[in-house]
Amino acid sequence: MLRPRNRELLALVPAGLLVTGGFAAIFIQSSKRLSDLSLTYGLAFLGLCVITHLAIRFVLPDADPYLFPLAAVLASFGLVIVYRISPTLARQQAQWYVLGLVLFAGTILFLRRHGLVVLERYRYTIATVGIAMLVLPRLPGIGEQVNGAYLNIKLGSIKFQPAELAKLAIVIFLASYLRDTRQILAGGGRRILGVEVPPMRITGPMLLIWGAAMGMLLLTRELGTSLMFFGVFVALLYVALGRVRFPVIGLLVIWWAGAYFISQHVGHVHERIQAWQHPFDPVLYNKVGGSYQLAQSLFAQADGGLLGTGFNESLLQLPNGHFILPVPESDFIYSVITNELGLAGATGLLLCYLLFVARGLKTAVLAPNSFAKLLAVGLSFIVALQVFVIVGGVTRVIPLTGVTMPFVAYGGSSVVMNFVLLGLLLAVSDRARREMASG
Amino acid sequence: MNKAILRLFALVVLLFALLVGFTSRWTVFEAGSLRSNPLNRRQLLEQQRIPRGQILAADGTVLARSVPAGGGVFRRTYPSGGLFAHAVGYSYITIGNASLERSRNDELTGQRTSVNTILDQLRGRKRQGDDVLTTLDPKAQQVAISQLAGRKGAVVALDPRNGAVKVFASVPRYDPRTLARPGVFQTLSQDSARSPLLDRVTQSGYPPGSAFKVVTAIAAIDSGRFTPSSTVNGDNGVKISGVPLNNDFNQSFGPVDLTTALTKSINTVWAQVAVSLGKATMARYMERLGFDSQLPLDLPSAELRPSGEFKGRRLLSPTSSLVDVGRMGIGQDKLDVTPLQMALAAAAVANRGRLMAPHLTDRVVDRDGRTVQRVAPRTMSQVMKPATANAVGQMMSQVVQEGTGTAAALSGVQVAGKTGTAEIVPGQNVNQVWFIAFAPLDHPRIAIAATVERSDGQGGTVAAPIASAVIQSLLGGGG
Repeated sequence: MLRPRNRELLALVPAGLLVTGGFAAIFIQSSKRLSDLSLTYGLAFLGLCVITHLAIRFVLPDADPYLFPLAAVLASFGLVIVYRISPTLARQQAQWYVLGLVLFAGTILFLRRHGLVVLERYRYTIATVGIAMLVLPRLPGIGEQVNGAYLNIKLGSIKFQPAELAKLAIVIFLASYLRDTRQILAGGGRRILGVEVPPMRITGPMLLIWGAAMGMLLLTRELGTSLMFFGVFVALLYVALGRVRFPVIGLLVIWWAGAYFISQHVGHVHERIQAWQHPFDPVLYNKVGGSYQLAQSLFAQADGGLLGTGFNESLLQLPNGHFILPVPESDFIYSVITNELGLAGATGLLLCYLLFVARGLKTAVLAPNSFAKLLAVGLSFIVALQVFVIVGGVTRVIPLTGVTMPFVAYGGSSVVMNFVLLGLLLAVSDRARREMASG
Repeated sequence: MNKAILRLFALVVLLFALLVGFTSRWTVFEAGSLRSNPLNRRQLLEQQRIPRGQILAADGTVLARSVPAGGGVFRRTYPSGGLFAHAVGYSYITIGNASLERSRNDELTGQRTSVNTILDQLRGRKRQGDDVLTTLDPKAQQVAISQLAGRKGAVVALDPRNGAVKVFASVPRYDPRTLARPGVFQTLSQDSARSPLLDRVTQSGYPPGSAFKVVTAIAAIDSGRFTPSSTVNGDNGVKISGVPLNNDFNQSFGPVDLTTALTKSINTVWAQVAVSLGKATMARYMERLGFDSQLPLDLPSAELRPSGEFKGRRLLSPTSSLVDVGRMGIGQDKLDVTPLQMALAAAAVANRGRLMAPHLTDRVVDRDGRTVQRVAPRTMSQVMKPATANAVGQMMSQVVQEGTGTAAALSGVQVAGKTGTAEIVPGQNVNQVWFIAFAPLDHPRIAIAATVERSDGQGGTVAAPIASAVIQSLLGGGG
């Protein structure tokens, strides 16, 4: 049996091969000759991974050996597809990966020195920062509206999606908050009409969080982000309580009711839902902010079929140079992947995510204390939810929203913050597995 | 807590299964309907990026090819202009495609079975269309067009032994190179006076006049009810369906045999023959010749119209009570026939009674020069016994030797044919004139139909010389 870190090193090989092979395929398709540049890219990527691996080896020797290689596979997947869409964007994306890995190393070093306790200690600061982040895009001057939703802030030439940072902050806060209140929550409340109702001092904060989620939906006009945050809250509540209880079901019902009410009254959200219901309605299709994107996403997937058109072979641009599918490098990267790699490739990608989430939840199962458990659950589940929200959006499972695909989609804040997320998860894992091995 | 985590994982698996399910729905189960969705222009845009294969004449002349138009996109061009406009058609993103460009679209765009696509992908090859080699003869086509000399009409010639179409001329023509220009297609398609986009070979229904007597002759002799020497009363004014029928110039011939009746194109004789054969017998032979249904030519089915008796736009069965079988037997009544159908009647006689399915495509060749598809000669039907074909052929050769079709005679080659002159406007000498023929009589290699719209001449004087010039060109100039 290989030691965990050696397993990790070995598991990085597929990621390196994917980058080399993917770039080779694109080079052959676009210039009809194999450039040794693809090998250079592959080696550079593998080198970067090995350096990160060494960092993990020294700082977190007992951490889960599969999480990092899975993230590397996803990242290489993304890099190849983004390169295929635009080499310029891919170069920037590679720089974001480097920055992400630096922050990743910083995160694990910091947590190694101070322990996870530091996160609990500053939970209210972290929560405040998180909520502030979500409000920022709505502030005049720095906020930016994209397709009717408020997700970006713009400082000079730097664009940032604060929701990516807020995601981490809110998961950390919820994990520590629920750890505190877990015992009280699980304790008996009064029974009204045969249902158990927790005491007011518990329901109060919960309704507050619900209110915050609704407020956020109103502010950002983003159904997907709201669903993501609220979903992770409900999931953590469920794990903290250990049983499906009135609060869990009740919260889901009132979230749905609130979302429905808002969707009827906020134009942008309403349009998104209409486009979702009738993507091929000619009026909606031709309307600005209508169903054009969704319909094109489905058309692109239909062209993919079972095995796809092959790297670099799908139709991306109209004769006038515009993309037929808007923002193919981020929002619709899943459609491009399905188009070029088919159902097989898309399923493979989803399986990588599923494995990542599985390893994350395994970490949670092994974690020694409630906070670590809830933190690992929250971090893993929010990745799963984020994938569900964006892939569900482009495949018409749910209305389309603008969240990014973790590790794969182009976007600086997304890439960087997801590597920090990985750092947190590995830090939890290292402690859990070490205690398990010693105890 | 760990149990809850496991349940949460089960939920994640469920959610991801939902994603895979929906992805399968779009990529596999509903992919077909998504591709045919009218909002979906991807196929069209995609096809623009594929270099379409060439369309070539039998002698290798390039009729259509694709040239790079910048930005990885290709544009169609037609080096021979409008020479074979109606057979080749056109293919443009803005106006769609027509004729062979449409019916052979899959071949021209390299649409293959998925196994081949995957193999090509593995070999890193870009998709490319296959070339379509046609049976068309540019030299003879040029002769046909210059013989029509701007008069509206059509000439179609084919090899009766295998159905290979050699000449496919429809006038007025259009130049496919100009169609993509703004407004041109619109203007041409609204030009109802000239209808240049109309393919008169397969889409125009004309009254066949006496050329149809060949069909009646086939039925008469093959049914065993008549022989070429059977005699019938050829007087003027014989009552057919209760109304007296006149011969040309109200001429009376007395009792004549059928060979003479065909040679001199005597209406009353052939009308009586048709009445005596009856609708059922006439219908049987017409059906074998391809009447009443769409002909199996490799053009889009929207460009092929059936020939037969019509009431308004409705196709009648020849056995319908609305049909005057006597007048139908001499090409009058409500007959509307295409030039291609009339050429097939001549072809059936020429090929000893066996009618071969007409085709424009000879073979499809891939970029490496391999033949991926060859159109094999296919029998449409055995219309008549070889002996009947022989007898009718002899009768038709008399038409050219001493009858109404002498203008089609060629030195050194025996031509067998039949004229047709259908009055369009009674009493004003505005005629649909025809000549259908095959040659050489003993070993036929060419069957042909030539027709001119609204001519003030006769089939023998206007259409016969056109047909004979084309036959001469096809048989090798000297004849």
